[in-house]
Amino acid sequence: MLAKLTVSEALAKLQKKEVSSRELTEAALSRIADVEQEVKAFVTVTKEEALTAASILDDRRLKGETLGLLAGIPMALKDNMCTKGVRTTCSSKILHNFVPPYDATVAELLKSAGTVLLGKTNLDEFAMGSSTENSAYFTTRNPWDTRCVPGGSSGGSAAAVAADEAFFSLGSDTGGSIRQPAAFCGVVGMKPTYGRVSRYGLIAFASSLDQIGPFTKDVRDCALVLNAIAAHDSCDSTSANVEAPDYTSFLDGNVKGMKIGVPREYFAEGIEGEVKDAVRKALDVLVSLGAEAEEISLPHTDYGIPVYYLIAPAEASSNLARYDGVQYGFRAEADNLLDMYKKTRSQGFGAEVKRRIMLGTYALSSGYYDAYYLKALKVRTLIKKDFDRAFEKYDVILTPTAPTVAFQAGTVENPLTMYLNDICTIPANLAGLPALSIPCGFAGKLPIGLQLIGKHFDEGSILRVAYVYEQNSGIERRSPELGKGGVANE
Amino acid sequence: MAKGVSLMSKYETVIGLEVHVELATNTKIFCSCPTEFGKAPNTHVCPVCLGFPGSLPVLNKRAVEFAIKAALALNCEIPSFAKFDRKNYFYPDLPKAYQISQFDLPVAVNGHLEIEVGGQTKRIGITRVHMEEDAGKLVHAEFGDYSLTDYNRTGVPLIEIVSEPDIRSAEEAKAYLEKLKSIIQYTGVSDVKMEEGSLRCDANVSIMLKGSTEFGTRSEIKNMNSFKAVQRGIEYEVKRQAEVIESGGKVVQETRRWDENKGVTYSMRSKEEAHDYRYFPDPDLVPVIVDRSWVDEIKAGLPEMPDSRRMRYISEMGLPEYDAGVITASKAMADFFEAAAAGYHDAKAVSNWLMGDISGYLNGKGKELQDTDLTPAHLVELLKLQDDGTISGKIAKTVFEEMFASGKMPGEIVKERGLVQISDEGAIAAIVDDVIANNPQSVEDYRNGKEKAIGFLVGQVMKLSKGKANPGLANKLLKEKL
Repeated sequence: MLAKLTVSEALAKLQKKEVSSRELTEAALSRIADVEQEVKAFVTVTKEEALTAASILDDRRLKGETLGLLAGIPMALKDNMCTKGVRTTCSSKILHNFVPPYDATVAELLKSAGTVLLGKTNLDEFAMGSSTENSAYFTTRNPWDTRCVPGGSSGGSAAAVAADEAFFSLGSDTGGSIRQPAAFCGVVGMKPTYGRVSRYGLIAFASSLDQIGPFTKDVRDCALVLNAIAAHDSCDSTSANVEAPDYTSFLDGNVKGMKIGVPREYFAEGIEGEVKDAVRKALDVLVSLGAEAEEISLPHTDYGIPVYYLIAPAEASSNLARYDGVQYGFRAEADNLLDMYKKTRSQGFGAEVKRRIMLGTYALSSGYYDAYYLKALKVRTLIKKDFDRAFEKYDVILTPTAPTVAFQAGTVENPLTMYLNDICTIPANLAGLPALSIPCGFAGKLPIGLQLIGKHFDEGSILRVAYVYEQNSGIERRSPELGKGGVANE
Repeated sequence: MAKGVSLMSKYETVIGLEVHVELATNTKIFCSCPTEFGKAPNTHVCPVCLGFPGSLPVLNKRAVEFAIKAALALNCEIPSFAKFDRKNYFYPDLPKAYQISQFDLPVAVNGHLEIEVGGQTKRIGITRVHMEEDAGKLVHAEFGDYSLTDYNRTGVPLIEIVSEPDIRSAEEAKAYLEKLKSIIQYTGVSDVKMEEGSLRCDANVSIMLKGSTEFGTRSEIKNMNSFKAVQRGIEYEVKRQAEVIESGGKVVQETRRWDENKGVTYSMRSKEEAHDYRYFPDPDLVPVIVDRSWVDEIKAGLPEMPDSRRMRYISEMGLPEYDAGVITASKAMADFFEAAAAGYHDAKAVSNWLMGDISGYLNGKGKELQDTDLTPAHLVELLKLQDDGTISGKIAKTVFEEMFASGKMPGEIVKERGLVQISDEGAIAAIVDDVIANNPQSVEDYRNGKEKAIGFLVGQVMKLSKGKANPGLANKLLKEKL
């Protein structure tokens, strides 16, 4: 089945002209038609545009034109990345009709790399959540067990790749929104170093933490997609002017002498036994191949969640203020300006978004700023310093990606319990470090994820380790059973 | 009135001014849209200045340069580290619902300027100069219950210049503003036109008993749209506060709006209703690291400032203090003066023309010197034509007007219109004979010792010669013939 191919496999076939982009696109679209009612990964499917784009690429290939790195590959974008002329909703009612007049830098880069946009994937509204249950439209389902959530907030992007609806996808990660759903859906997901990939056109949740990254079926694909999107962008002041290497050059199969730090705080209470066991087994594989592992301590780990839930909502409260009904998006009818604002925002935002706007507004209020926001910034620095110290000695840090495997939709009602999902992923965002989740086994039907955290701009080392593990894990890549006519439970 | 005078002598006024100046960069502060004023609504906009989802600001380096230039001219210190913060509030002219501004680490601090009031020089401290983006404009529908937004101005770079509470009267406030305008104009970083909104002023005003060291409660006055309005607004507010206190009341901290037509201030919002702007560092922007050598470079590019020029005009060019003050208030005027004085031996004569006829003409037409075709060469040539007797002072005024209107050189105008002064004795003698023959009464008067009658007769000679007769010769010939 064509849709099951990895990006590198599909590229090889395209180059040998064994398959056309149109065929790959049709295969993905037909897979979408078959399984989407179970998975519900997409908010928008751009079928006609995708077929047209694929045909144009095929023509260009026939004419012998030089094509981009990923020419002909169908993919999906999280619906918080602006796509010119294609509705971009953030899975929110307030942007239900927003059609951006411009492309996000990543959308542009992927266009020039020759990819074909299949559609826009579901997320927790404004990327706030860990299950996609906060989408204003519907909950995406975990392809491995459709009673379960795919994780979040990039649940649609993770599920689409896991279910072979897209060859790869992009997500955004503010506190784990790529890595946790990657773990839940059994795919590879990477959050690059803050500043590695342009945020221009990514609808902001928390600007100092947001970072775009790929979901792929394997590590090689992750490197390939990163090659296409990692670039300095003069439109993003926080984009780093650091040369991006060829990330596939790190996939050489050698981890001899690499030093792996294993922080004990990430194996504490609250992390499920099966998850810990699978991660430790993975570590054994790496050690058996010549890597050196040592237990380390990142003493400020416990402050990750409280710090995150001050900084991220603070920035969000300001970033989301522009949705006021004046220029675009949803506007509630009212008799005067103040009521228009109040009604538009009350009706346009969901409960979790409102909760975070209120949290953030409070944290920034005069009289509370020093005690909350400023204090959080200081602790953020301490968390960064923990990592700096560890990276003086170690090449990568290895942890579980999420404390549990995917849970059933509708079972986590307490927001604080939901927030704990990101306990292992948040620190890398706070420190701006690159981190990747790779499948490391199953608990029953459900995948388990392993997280590798690297030094700033050293995506190469975590790709190297991930690739070696993938090649030697003994876990065979397989696809979830779908398309048997089952419909997701509501 | 008597009561007002005694009231005012009882209290001392304390004023601090917050002045916004639009920087004349070609493009906006965080995007590449043009800053041009007066274009069709919403034509100079893009996703960035419209605050569209996903768009990000990128700082315009030229705007920082302009801000530093203005700040250096105001004797500020330029810290090596500055950052931008978000000022959060909802209003339809603010597309992101926050304004990117500077809170605790502005681009410049600790400056001052000097004003002259009542013959005294006084230094007014400048607390800080910070950068921010301008908001858009709301256009309220003339008919119908709606408003429209124009975002052309959104994102135009501004500096806010905050003074210390060193100003003690409305008159000083006006002098401060005039000086500030003049200095900024010299740097060339802004048009500083209050009528176009490129210079705006809010005033913090309080009063205290004379001799007291503790400031009273202040009110902030907004919407004063001219220098005159600033003066009137402050004068009104000082009087209002004094009356509140005299009648046993207390001044409350609040924001008040100046109503130009009614000549009063009225309360906009109290301290309790004041916004909590929730300032925090803008995570979309990186801190501005200001390189010392860059500051030095900007400093080296500053033109000579008005104070220094004024001193030079007095000491080196012999201008009276008053003239030097008037001429240096505007850079265009001072530049014109220097160029003209370099080509003419009498600086005071140049100054007379500038302060007299030229200023009069400009005021009459509502123009600025730089908006006309008049060059220093025009004035120098005109003065020289007068000196060598080619034209009389009276004709010079005629030539001046035409010169201003057409931009033609004075020599050309004199030639074209045949305005050369008649200094030929024979030609003037003929006219003198005519005048004597036709004005017997005046001739009689003169002969009877009425000296003044000669003036009338000279006037008649000038009239008949269409102003071209050399008046000295006419006078001499008349006296001889009578």
